[in-house]
Amino acid sequence: MSDRKISVTEDELHAYVDGELPAERRADVEAWLAAHPEEAERVNSWRAMAELLHARYDTVAQEPVPRRLELERLVQRPRQWLYGAAAAALLAFVAGGAVGWVAHGAANTPSTFQSFTEDALDAHRLYVVEVRHPVEVPGNERDHLQAWLTKRCGWTVFAPNLEASGLKLVGGRLLPGPNGPASFLMYEGASGERFTIYSAKTETGETQMRYTAMNKDGALFWADRGVGYVVSGGGDRDRLTKVARAVYDQAEKNGS
Amino acid sequence: MSAFRQSVEAMIPALRRYARALARDADIADDLVQDTLVRALRSERLFLGGDVRSWLYTILTNLNKNRRRSLARRPQFMQLSENNPDASGTEAEGRDIEKALATLVEEQRSVLLLVMLEGLSYREVADIQGVPIGTVMSRLARARAHIKAALEGERPALRRVK
Repeated sequence: MSDRKISVTEDELHAYVDGELPAERRADVEAWLAAHPEEAERVNSWRAMAELLHARYDTVAQEPVPRRLELERLVQRPRQWLYGAAAAALLAFVAGGAVGWVAHGAANTPSTFQSFTEDALDAHRLYVVEVRHPVEVPGNERDHLQAWLTKRCGWTVFAPNLEASGLKLVGGRLLPGPNGPASFLMYEGASGERFTIYSAKTETGETQMRYTAMNKDGALFWADRGVGYVVSGGGDRDRLTKVARAVYDQAEKNGS
Repeated sequence: MSAFRQSVEAMIPALRRYARALARDADIADDLVQDTLVRALRSERLFLGGDVRSWLYTILTNLNKNRRRSLARRPQFMQLSENNPDASGTEAEGRDIEKALATLVEEQRSVLLLVMLEGLSYREVADIQGVPIGTVMSRLARARAHIKAALEGERPALRRVK
């Protein structure tokens, strides 16, 4: 075998691992790898990488398909919406041709929790800087506050006790939310740090907690029994997470 | 159910897997799959044969690209993974690969996942991304090198934290 024939390119190594190498070249690559252990190690690391990917994501393909993805349901979605999507799809299809399919526009609406969290962070930033009128009902009228917000919002609004986290209830107010009224509670720590709990009805049934940071504020969103919650606070993520967990645990005990 | 719908339906689990790895968030991933399916169903009459599988991956890949473009100025969300500090070795490895994927640029992540997770050929991926095969191969090589470095860099750091 000549040297020229046995010399192997980077592309060939990848093609070899991915089963894209012409059959007649496989033996050359294998012989070359046997003589180049470092390269063989690199090729093996790619195989291990593929195993990691499958170990992590194959379970998703094994999960039962969520109901909202059932084709029967998707074909019965509201007409108006479908025509928009169909027009966009048609346009993209004609423009892109069958192979170079390009999908444009329409379906880029952000997920519910994203706009929900943005609303909550907006409220947080608007009111935490307020010195004289941060709330409508002060924290020393906790029972009245809870009863009032519960009546206006339509689910049991509960102002958790966060004294274990060093936070005292400042009070609360009613806000417009994405799907009707929203409840907004404010807490304050000894050094003046403020946390807020925003809650409103949401179409998202239940979710895990999600964290986001925007400028100097952090927020944790979750949804439970059709109500979305956002706990917002200053930059310290660990502290925020602890406060949010306390809120979650108490809402869990007192909910429904 | 038509043969077309059957082949679309058969692809849902694989699309969910790809979307989850691509978008890294379960809700966003299923939103992407849902939008992909709606588009595919509405275009049923326009689909004149060919490979349904590649076509669905193409729609999803493009939807994700558009989504990321429109979200570029929005805050980045991530799942809180501290819930389970005693994660077993496999789960910890799963998190490592997730984090490593997150560091890739979009086109490289998509090539890597389509080839390594979904098992598509270079030719199919080139058609999906609308680029020459050579570009697919260089993206794949860069993605692999990047993930390898990220995985090797990540491990000691994680141990130190603990």
